[in-house]
Amino acid sequence: MENNQLQFRDSFKNRHFERNDSWLKIIVIYLILLVMCVVTVYPMLNVLSVALRPADNLFQLNLQIVPDNYTWDNFRRAIFEIDLLLWIRNSLIISILTATIAVCFSASAGYAFSRYRFTGRKTGMMMFLVTQMFPGPMLLLPMYILLVKLGLVNQFLGLLVPYTATAVPFSVWMLKGYFDTIPKSLEESAYIDGASPFRTFYQIILPLAKPALAITFLFGFMSAWSEYIVAKVILTKPEVLTLPVGLVSMQGQFNTQWGVYSAAALITSIPVVILFISLSRYLVGGLTLGGVKG
Amino acid sequence: MSENQQAVFSPNPKKRQKNLAVSRWTPYWYILPAFVVMAIMVFYPLGYGFYLSLTDMSLATFKNPNFIGFGNYLKLLQEATFIRTLLRTIVWTAVNVFFHVSIGLFLAVLLNRKLPGKGLLRVLLIIPWAVPQYIVALTWRGMLNNQFGAINIFLQKIGFSALPWLTDPTWTFIGAILTNIWLGFPFMMMISLGGLQSIDKEFYEAAEIDGASSLQQFRNITMPLLKPVLAPAIVLGTVWTFNMLNVILIIAGGFGNEKTQILVTEVYRLAFNFYRYGYAAAYSVVIFLILLVFGMTFMRRTQGIEEVR
Repeated sequence: MENNQLQFRDSFKNRHFERNDSWLKIIVIYLILLVMCVVTVYPMLNVLSVALRPADNLFQLNLQIVPDNYTWDNFRRAIFEIDLLLWIRNSLIISILTATIAVCFSASAGYAFSRYRFTGRKTGMMMFLVTQMFPGPMLLLPMYILLVKLGLVNQFLGLLVPYTATAVPFSVWMLKGYFDTIPKSLEESAYIDGASPFRTFYQIILPLAKPALAITFLFGFMSAWSEYIVAKVILTKPEVLTLPVGLVSMQGQFNTQWGVYSAAALITSIPVVILFISLSRYLVGGLTLGGVKG
Repeated sequence: MSENQQAVFSPNPKKRQKNLAVSRWTPYWYILPAFVVMAIMVFYPLGYGFYLSLTDMSLATFKNPNFIGFGNYLKLLQEATFIRTLLRTIVWTAVNVFFHVSIGLFLAVLLNRKLPGKGLLRVLLIIPWAVPQYIVALTWRGMLNNQFGAINIFLQKIGFSALPWLTDPTWTFIGAILTNIWLGFPFMMMISLGGLQSIDKEFYEAAEIDGASSLQQFRNITMPLLKPVLAPAIVLGTVWTFNMLNVILIIAGGFGNEKTQILVTEVYRLAFNFYRYGYAAAYSVVIFLILLVFGMTFMRRTQGIEEVR
């Protein structure tokens, strides 16, 4: 009885917070988290602030987010006066293709690593992990020479292959981890019903793995959307530039274009940030599963 | 692997009906596409890069480079800048990864509690991960501006003097570290959060009944159970940080000062500014070997590799 009363009195706190926490502890936790949120959000607000400043008043000595004389002019100029739309189009094409191909390839490889026991399995998985250790520039130079020989410089295909190769190893690990969590009894019953292994994979396992596939797609997309170094080396013609190369090239004319650059940076990063965050609830599960489960 | 699963999935066609058509080659077919891409873009360049490091290929000898054995390596090890850059790279990596993991883990522990509104807080906290890296770097470069940057304005508002972020190379390097810490902790936070959520609450309840303090619980329950999740993430994070070209390149605004360079930026500079391809390749082979040895040792120490059965 006494227990019940006690529970009733503290029920509000218990329902919403950890049972043993004092109010002081709760407040401190919130404070820490809020300070960290300010730290993570402020730089992006800073970009917004610069983007809203009029061109003749870019440099200000205050920390105001919305300037007094704010204007949307920089956004208009970003869309109409620089090649932003072209860069976005180029980046969209490359990113969507990269993500699609990476998902297909790594889903099938991840499935094999998860379901079959075969010679070279362990070595193969380690190989995919070890590729992450290669310094980018080490691959960049031979890759560049190879692409020159194949005549793929300034071609989207020349970016597509290295981008897919970058996205694949991580995706293989992640999808393998996810497939491991799908009970094998599902396939057993499909086999009994006479389905072929490929059909089982395609019609039963893949639909169940949708969240992991979405994350993999997102990863491939984001890595291609944000890649700067390879694109900078491979793309030189103005009409094929991707977003990162285009935007960083504006840094040269920082003084006059800072506002326009900031507007363009916001236009290009907000969709990715929203995409990323909306899928983030799959992220926690997906990543951990992929990382380690045998 | 239970007996049952082994029986169904061992690639032994005799045990099943014919139309399943699983041969011992089936798994290899599944892996083939991914393997081909990796072969073209990773394994071939790797081999070629190693070969390059044994030649004197440069712009002048691009068509027919001379084979010079380990000459590049000998030259590299004798160079004082190499050692300095290596030490700087180690400092860069160690400081970054330390803060990534400690901030990430700390926030994950806080977010793993019952806390109204934690969904929103988590979303705000992963923003640095969601924003494209080059935009982050450019933004921080703007904020580090000596005169008009937000950081110096803030420092002056709270009574400190402005710091020469972009003019003094040491401060530029510190600025790059700050940027990269900001960039990297959400990854570790999400990895740790995932790991924490998979830990059974009953362990903590049992520990509480036995009178363990929360610090004891953290050390004896959380850490051991997080290890298999964190170890591979730390290896990956170390490799990514060690090879972080974007941030350094953009924050320092190029290769201006040696004091802001790490090994990978040196490779990039040697290859694409000085066209000393052979020498640059030797640099990258050294980087690769360092990371390989580190990765293997670390994984073996923490036994993360045991998980990969």
